[in-house]
Amino acid sequence: MSILPQALSARLANWFTAPMLVSFLVFGTMPFWIDAVGLYQYLGVEVMIWVIFALAVNLLLGYTGLPSFGHGAFLGIGAYAYGLTQFNVAANLWISLLGAVVVTAALGGLVAALISHRRGIYFALMTIACAQIFYFVASKWTDMTGGEDGLLNILRLPVDLGLTEFSIKSNFNLYYLCFAAYVIIVVLMWRLVHSPFGQIIRAIKQNDSRVAFLGYNVWLYKWLIFTLSCAISGLAGALFAMAQEGAYINIMSLQWSGIVILMVLIGGGFINFWGPVLGVIFYFLARDILGAYTDTWLLWFGLIFVIMVMFKPEGLAGIWHDAQSMFGRRKAKPQPDPSAKPSHAGGD
Amino acid sequence: MALFEAHHLHKRFADQVVLEDITLSFEVNQISGIMGPNGAGKTTCFNVLTGRYRPDRGKVLFDGQDITGLPPRKIARHGIARSFQMMNLFDEYTALENIVLALPEVRAKGFSVLHDLAHDGSAQDRGAAVLARIGLAGREHTLSSALSYGQRRALEIGIALAAEPRMLFLDEPTSGLGTDATATLAALIQEIRKSVTIVIIEHDMKFLFDLADRIAVIHWGQVIAQGSPEALGENEWVRASNLGALA
Ligand SMILES: Nc1ncnc2c1ncn2[C@@H]1O[C@H](COP(=O)(O)OP(=O)(O)OP(=O)(O)O)[C@@H](O)[C@H]1O
Ligand SMILES: [Mg+2]
Repeated sequence: MSILPQALSARLANWFTAPMLVSFLVFGTMPFWIDAVGLYQYLGVEVMIWVIFALAVNLLLGYTGLPSFGHGAFLGIGAYAYGLTQFNVAANLWISLLGAVVVTAALGGLVAALISHRRGIYFALMTIACAQIFYFVASKWTDMTGGEDGLLNILRLPVDLGLTEFSIKSNFNLYYLCFAAYVIIVVLMWRLVHSPFGQIIRAIKQNDSRVAFLGYNVWLYKWLIFTLSCAISGLAGALFAMAQEGAYINIMSLQWSGIVILMVLIGGGFINFWGPVLGVIFYFLARDILGAYTDTWLLWFGLIFVIMVMFKPEGLAGIWHDAQSMFGRRKAKPQPDPSAKPSHAGGD
Repeated sequence: MALFEAHHLHKRFADQVVLEDITLSFEVNQISGIMGPNGAGKTTCFNVLTGRYRPDRGKVLFDGQDITGLPPRKIARHGIARSFQMMNLFDEYTALENIVLALPEVRAKGFSVLHDLAHDGSAQDRGAAVLARIGLAGREHTLSSALSYGQRRALEIGIALAAEPRMLFLDEPTSGLGTDATATLAALIQEIRKSVTIVIIEHDMKFLFDLADRIAVIHWGQVIAQGSPEALGENEWVRASNLGALA
C-alpha cells in the first residue's frame, strides 16, 4: 500500500533509489558510530571528500570511457582556489566554495578544449601532460601557492545559512558539510547519468564514432563532462583545503591521480554507479587497518589491486553483483539471455 | 536534379589513391546499387559521402546544398544515415536502447538532464516500432552483444532507420546473412523505399539486381560502368565476374 500517489512516487524514483537512501543513512549517521567501531571522525571527512572526487573521476573513466590520469591536479586547483578566494576576495564560505568550483571548472574547460578531440591513450597522455604543467606551475609560483610549503592557514569558515550559522571547526561538524555536498552531488549525478545526456556519454564510451554518425556533437559532450568533472573535483578540493586547513602541492602529484583511479577500479566504477564509493571506503579501511600492522601497506594494497584485476576486473561492485545473483535477490528482469552482463551502473 | 550528387571525388591515403575520380548521382526514392571487387574503394566512397573522410578534391551535394567535407554529425543532421560493413553497435546497450539513441526526438533532448528515456513512452514506442520493422520484436531488452549475428546485422540497419533519414547508405547489408534473412531484408528495403532514397553496396548480385533501379560498378577508384540492372547485365566486367547471369 503506497501512501504516495503513483505519479509522485514515479517522479521521486527518477531522483532517488534505495541504495542511494541507504548510503545517506549510513553516511548520515557515521559520526555517531565511527568512534565506537574504533575509527575516528577525521577519517569520515577524508572518506566523504575522496568519494566526491572519485565519483567525479568516474564520470569520465567509467561513464564516458575517458581516462583522465592527471585528475589530482584539479583537486589541488580547487584547494588553492578555495584558499586564495578566501584570502583575496571574501572570507565567506560560500563565495570561497564558488571560487574553487568556478576556477577549477574554467581551467578544466580549458584543458578539455585542448583534448576533447582525442581518445584512448592519446587522451590519457594529454591529461598527464596537462597535470604536470599545473603541478610545475603550482610548485614554482610561490607567491600564489606557497610553493613547496603550501598555502597555509586556510580557515574553516562558518557555515552561514541565513537564519542560523554553524561552525565547522570540529571535524564532526565539518563532516556534515562534506556530507551535505555528497548528498547534493550524488543526487544530481545520478540524475545526470540517467538522463539522455548520460545515455549519450555512455554511448560515447562504447562507440564514439557511431554516436557522431547519429548526429551528436561528440566533442561537445566530452568537453561538457570533462569540465563538469573538474568542477566537482574543485569542490572536493575546497573541502580538502578545509579539512587540512591548507592547500598542499602533494595532492596534485601523479601519485594521487593514480590512487584515485585505483579506488575507482577496485570499487567497480565501470559497472556500477556506487563503485567509486566502495573503492574509497576500501582504500581508507585498508590504509588504516593494514597500515596499523605494516608501513608497507600500500604494497599490499597494490597486490590486492593486481589480484582484483586478474580475478574480478569488475571490482567490488562485480563481487556484489555476483553475490546478489547467487542469492537470487536480483529481481528477474525481462532479460532472456542469462549470459547478458548488466550494462553500466544497472538501475539499482 | 538528383537528390544526392558526388562530383569528381578524389581521395588518397598517403600515396595510395583510393578514389580516383568518382562521379555519382542518386535519384530521389530510388534504390541505387554499388558493386565492385574487394578493395575497390566502395566503403571509402561511403566514408567520403557521409563525412568520415574529407575528399581531397571534388564536391558532394545533397538536395542542392554543398555538404562536402562536413563532419559526420552535420551530415547526419541533414537527414543522411548509414549502416556499416563492420558491425558498429552499442554493445552494452539493449536492442531498444541502441535504437532509441538514434531517434531524432532523442537527439533533440540530448542535453536535457531532467528527462528519463526509460520512462519516455513516445521514444520507447517509436523504438519498439523500429525493432518490430526489422524483425526484432520481443528482443527489446536483450543486450545487443547477446543477439545472434543476423539479429545484430538487422539492428545495424535499424539504428540507421531509426534516425528517420531521407537518404540511407547501406554497406554490404547482407554480408554473412542466410537466404531467409536476406529475403527478409529485401522485403524490408522494398517497404522503406517509398519514403527513403537508398544506396546499397553489395556483393550479393542477385539481391542487388532484384532491388536496384540503377547500379554503378566501382573499380580502381573509378566508376567503370553504370546503368539499369538490365543494361549492366551486358557489361563486360559484370559478365567476367560471372555475376551477370544472375540478373
Ligand atoms: N583509413 C584508411 N587508411 C589507409 N588506407 C585505407 C583506409 N581506408 C581504406 N583504405 C584502403 O583503401 C582501399 C579501398 O578500401 P575500401 O574499404 O574502400 O574497399 P571496398 O571496396 O569497400 O572493399 P570491400 O569489398 O572489401 O569492402 C583498400 O586498399 C584499403 O586498404
Ligand atoms: Mg567495403
